[in-house]
Amino acid sequence: MKSERLDIRSSDDVVRVRQLTRTLAIEAGLSLVDQTKIITAASELARNTLDYGGGGVLLAELVEALGRRGVRLTFEDHGPGISDVEAALKDGFTSGKGMGLGLGGARRLSNEFSIQSKPGEGTKVAIARWK
Amino acid sequence: MDRIPILKFGNALLVTIQVDMHDRLATALEEDLTSKIVEHNAKGVLIDISALEIVDSFIGRMLDNIAAVSRILDADTVVVGMRPAVAITLVELGLSLTGVKTALNVERGMELIKARLRTSDTDEEDDVEE
Ligand SMILES: Nc1ncnc2c1ncn2[C@@H]1O[C@H](COP(=O)(O)OP(=O)(O)OP(=O)(O)O)[C@@H](O)[C@H]1O
Ligand SMILES: [Mg+2]
Repeated sequence: MKSERLDIRSSDDVVRVRQLTRTLAIEAGLSLVDQTKIITAASELARNTLDYGGGGVLLAELVEALGRRGVRLTFEDHGPGISDVEAALKDGFTSGKGMGLGLGGARRLSNEFSIQSKPGEGTKVAIARWK
Repeated sequence: MDRIPILKFGNALLVTIQVDMHDRLATALEEDLTSKIVEHNAKGVLIDISALEIVDSFIGRMLDNIAAVSRILDADTVVVGMRPAVAITLVELGLSLTGVKTALNVERGMELIKARLRTSDTDEEDDVEE
């Protein structure tokens, strides 16, 4: 269906990520609460891409499967990667001055969540929310 | 750089967040509020977030920070107008905003601040009926 790429290089781009996610979520017909959830998850992942990944790119897609529409977001960076993904997913784990809620929160706010990360190579996080 | 206006409202300060805030704006707001609390000897800070479509961990941390600093400066922080969808999402995100008081709207938030001022006056006054 529809897809769009967006570079994430500044905190203004994080705002753009939220706007693009909102547009797609509305097009997918998500309820207001579900729109809010996926936009919040997108905001968390975009900020991680910026702060820890040194910037990266978002692939935002309007998807359809089995007659349902949804939004899929894939964040990819070529930053330092995460050595212990399980630890990073735990609430309260942060290597910065955050609250360590972003990754775990994004997983809870999504219907699908996957993460691939290799130290020295980068990080790829994909989420989806279905109507 | 643009900034979020801070209005004086009795002995409270009122901030209405109208835009999708980028990070620099949020940081500037924290600093501006701190100096205004001191300048006006404010006893309360009302932050109206009814226009915000989401609150993520960054904004949540900003609200928590503002509340913590205000408390040290003897001012109460009340976040008003949080949308129901935002409240639901915050819980799932895992953000509890423990240090922050909330109210439905600005009027109710103002009442909260006034109520605290009245109770802290009771030391000096005998009669506190209402
Ligand atoms: N894209 C990334 N590249 C490298 N490390 C990452 C990336 N995303 C997350 N991390 C690591 O995972 C940790 C946890 O991320 P998470 O988003 O859960 O918390 P946080 O960003 O530290 O705090 P919060 O999101 O609550 O502000 C981060 O502190 C960081 O060490
Ligand atoms: Mg984060």
